Amino acid sequence: MEKIAYRPESLTSTPFTYCPGCLHGVAHRLIAEAIDEQGLINQMTGVAPVGCSVFAYKFFNFDMAQAAHGRAPAVATGIKRARPDMHVFTYQGDGDLAAIGTAEIVHAANRGEHMSVFFVNNAIYGMTGGQMAPTTLPEMKTTTSPYGRNTDDIGFPIRVSELIATLIAPYYIERVSLLTPADIIKAKKAVSKAIQYNKEGRGFTFVEFISTCPTNWGIDPIKSRDWAKENMLPFFKLGCLRDKGEGVE
Amino acid sequence: MAKILMKGNEAVAEAAIRSGCRLYFAYPITPQSELIEYMARMMPKVNGTFLQAESEVAAINMVYGAAGCGKRVMTSSSSPGISLKMEGISYIAGAELPCVIVNVQRGGPGLGDIQPAQGDYFQATKGGGHGDYRLIVMAPGSVQEFADMASEAFELADKYRNPVMILADGMLGQMMEPVEFKPAKTDAEIEELGKQHHSWCIHPNEDGDKKHHNEINSLEIDPLVLEKHVNELYEKYAVIEQKELRYESFNVYDDNEILCVAWGTASRIVKSAINELKAAGKSVGMIRPINVWPYPYEAVAKAIGPKVKKVYVFELNTGQMLDDVKIAVSGKVPVDFWGKVGGIVFTPAEIQAKLEECF
Repeated sequence: MEKIAYRPESLTSTPFTYCPGCLHGVAHRLIAEAIDEQGLINQMTGVAPVGCSVFAYKFFNFDMAQAAHGRAPAVATGIKRARPDMHVFTYQGDGDLAAIGTAEIVHAANRGEHMSVFFVNNAIYGMTGGQMAPTTLPEMKTTTSPYGRNTDDIGFPIRVSELIATLIAPYYIERVSLLTPADIIKAKKAVSKAIQYNKEGRGFTFVEFISTCPTNWGIDPIKSRDWAKENMLPFFKLGCLRDKGEGVE
Repeated sequence: MAKILMKGNEAVAEAAIRSGCRLYFAYPITPQSELIEYMARMMPKVNGTFLQAESEVAAINMVYGAAGCGKRVMTSSSSPGISLKMEGISYIAGAELPCVIVNVQRGGPGLGDIQPAQGDYFQATKGGGHGDYRLIVMAPGSVQEFADMASEAFELADKYRNPVMILADGMLGQMMEPVEFKPAKTDAEIEELGKQHHSWCIHPNEDGDKKHHNEINSLEIDPLVLEKHVNELYEKYAVIEQKELRYESFNVYDDNEILCVAWGTASRIVKSAINELKAAGKSVGMIRPINVWPYPYEAVAKAIGPKVKKVYVFELNTGQMLDDVKIAVSGKVPVDFWGKVGGIVFTPAEIQAKLEECF
């Protein structure tokens, strides 16, 4: 009998700690499947961030490090330099990567550090209870922008993939979404490519996932995806910004 | 091996490489620049990693990652930069990772100046970062000792899975003195050093290995689990307090009328003054803590001879180790303090004059 539903070997049996309808579980699974498919489980290691995915070090089934807020790319740099025979990724949210960790992500990318960065953008701080993120949309209400994000006061959302794409060294940069089954299949391809380039020692690879936060947005999971499609995708356009392997510069 | 005339900053870097350090992450700052520059020149020659990080914060987190792989790794900085590293140092202590941090202290607070000072004693020995943790803190008094401490610091870091700080200052960093180095560890020896940590560190699953899931982590969200972890850390620190006390007794005799306590650069100057007084028939002893955490409280207490009328603390700050000396003396005799700040180093004549006032 063919086994069609199973847990990837690269995930432990520890139950996820995410809210109902959260898409972190989907992103975790895509990464784990790609690692399994490319036979990298014995050489893989990852760095968990601060935020809702802070426990990612418990969920991935190989050696993992947990980093201080925003520091995952620096920690991954230390790991890769100490263990060049291993492959390393970071998993980070928008509050972590795009605010307190901007220096670390920009410089790891600029060095062309041999790592894959998986960046989950849901336009809000999740774990601390729905505060404004650097990716929060204009006029969007959060607990720290209760009257809506005022762009005159606090500026516009940061398009991180585009920011990284201004640098010369990064090898692969793509923004994907987790909002529909079709998008998830495309996201899987991007994750696989990032992991493959990582395996081949091509350099810095970056995948941004457009995601949701039903709990802190106060919108049910299905409607959250519709909201993200209508509001996030026009601002954060999906697509590949860099793929040196395919000649996309 | 013949002695070489070297700056402290370069000597500690050379000694670290010889001790098997193949990973160094740092950010430039005066007065430790010769250290980072030496590493930039020498690490490529031993197939090691030199990386100039984008910030002190990034550098210490790179150390966290490399130490998480069980490898000997070092960073260095000077006072303001060490403040920036404190976040990472707390995480390193929490995750119980071995590493060596060199602080070539300068005048503070704030940007201060770039002259020698001892104003970071509290930061190094009483915390600095958040949470209940301890650093092992070694305070060299000469370029030779600065260099020797590199290998000793790595040994202690590996033994206790704890960050170790070498607390030097701009004087020891910039000064040239003759140094003799220990033989360099071979690549095979360095490989073995890393393997001692395989039970907990990040490393690949080798063929035939039992699959492992090691976690480099300082997060324990369950209060009962965190309580247990912090208590275990304190049990470790209690062992260190028993086993790793180091100090020098200088001219400590029963006829001492004054007992001095000084550390690092300050202690060298106090020694000169004591020698001058000795020639004039005045007996002054000194305890020099070599490790300033754990602190040699008992050694200070025991050195107070029957004729000692005062314990005199001299530091290049406004009185920081003074608190530890007061704990050690426990009111048995008066404790006095004199220091200089702002990066100004006192002279032997000034110390001598201060001591003569006591006779």
